[in-house]
Amino acid sequence: MAAHTARELKPAPTLRLQAALQLLTQSGMTLPADAPQGSLPWLQAVIDGLCMLSSRDALTGLSNRRQFELAIAREIDRVARAGEPALVLMADIDHFKVVNDTHGHAAGDEVIKSVAQSLQDCVRPMDTVARFGGEEFAIILPNCPPAFGHTVAERIRTKVQRRPVMVSPGVEVSVTISLGGAFAPQWVRSSAPLWIERADQQLYRAKAEGRNRACLEQPTVLQVSAEERGLLFGTSQFQDLE
Amino acid sequence: MIDASATPVPAKGPRARITAVTSGKGGVGKTFMAANLAAALSRRGERVLVLDADLGLANLDVVLNLHPKITLHDVFTGKRELEDAILPAPGGFSVLLAGSGLVEYSRLTPEVREQLLGVIEKVAPRFDRILLDTGAGISDVVLYAVSLADEVMVVATPEPTSLTDAYATIKVLASQQQRRVIKLVVNQTSRMAEGRVIRAQLQQVVDRYVSNGTDTPLKLELLGDVPMDNAVREAVQKRQLLLETIPGCEAAKAVGAIADKLIA
Repeated sequence: MAAHTARELKPAPTLRLQAALQLLTQSGMTLPADAPQGSLPWLQAVIDGLCMLSSRDALTGLSNRRQFELAIAREIDRVARAGEPALVLMADIDHFKVVNDTHGHAAGDEVIKSVAQSLQDCVRPMDTVARFGGEEFAIILPNCPPAFGHTVAERIRTKVQRRPVMVSPGVEVSVTISLGGAFAPQWVRSSAPLWIERADQQLYRAKAEGRNRACLEQPTVLQVSAEERGLLFGTSQFQDLE
Repeated sequence: MIDASATPVPAKGPRARITAVTSGKGGVGKTFMAANLAAALSRRGERVLVLDADLGLANLDVVLNLHPKITLHDVFTGKRELEDAILPAPGGFSVLLAGSGLVEYSRLTPEVREQLLGVIEKVAPRFDRILLDTGAGISDVVLYAVSLADEVMVVATPEPTSLTDAYATIKVLASQQQRRVIKLVVNQTSRMAEGRVIRAQLQQVVDRYVSNGTDTPLKLELLGDVPMDNAVREAVQKRQLLLETIPGCEAAKAVGAIADKLIA
């Protein structure tokens, strides 16, 4: 009986539906007009909207950290099972503090938004571009062969460099980023922190080597060149060479 | 990446010779070779331990039809003593099995390195030889396991993909671990002297394209070839050792010859 009383004393949980609807409206999402409030399709739309909101970064619209963690866990799983090469790139805006200090935080936000757009423009639909924190971004590139890694990173770097950001009327700042990348070890189940750490190490290297550059960890995958292959199989195996 | 400083400091007193059994590609009979070689070496009087160093996808237990209750996983997690995890295998040798729970260790963290190294150091004085049954390929776990070995044996079949992958492995081992000798076993051969031809073929490419960064160029040493033999399939399907079930067959004799060459 005592337990029963205690339960009754607890305040009833309030459904924060009003707050949810406000959030959705504020972020510009519309609910289906033809579905009456409280109906199943309407509720589904509310849930979908909230899911969308909780996986996106408010400023840039990129995947947020939470969504990134989900995506990288999924990718690690896939790499371990299928052995496909996958790349994680970490990107950081160079001298971002200077932009903030010189032009103000609103300008800083513009720079972050512009870089986010450049990153998004350079990748395939299957790739995940996320705002990792502050002025740092992370990109997951599934099925990216080691030979292409540097090309992709360079493409992103030059794209950012070539797009000056208008931070206030008549004021343009040029922006550069540094990138670090690491491939997931194929056929092996890595962990997200380890993989990110390896990419981060390359990012530190890029910063240390002067910024506005991309450094990638050299994967242990050794290319056997066509020439080597030719020599390996060129001579008939019926012929004893010794 | 392999850290050269991770190579174990040799312990005092007699300790096991550590032989890594590896391959470029999976499914070439690496674990089969390790198990049967262990049996052959035991018959020749060696105290042998086979350590399942394929921490991600171990299947030594499958080959030997063992159902271990205690594995390396339990040792790594501190649940059991190392002593309890060393099990007797059918061929008169001992095994340390990884256990499937080790999937989470298949990424080479500093802890896994430490633990693997610690286990090897502890068991080394009690055996004459430790065979490290590593995973296939050149993942960092495999390269680390091989780096702990005194000698390395690459198992390959004459199939082109197997040879290419074996070559890639040899190349990495030479350049990253400065190996001067890599031993080669050619499995599933279908004609006389095929192993010899393949060794020469590989050596030719190695001489031209592979540098181990030392003054002594890498030499591939053929330990032997094991002919394609229906008896092998039979033994594998029964999950028994070839040397126990059909000791007189051609493949079993070939494994024996490899053991002789390894001891010599």
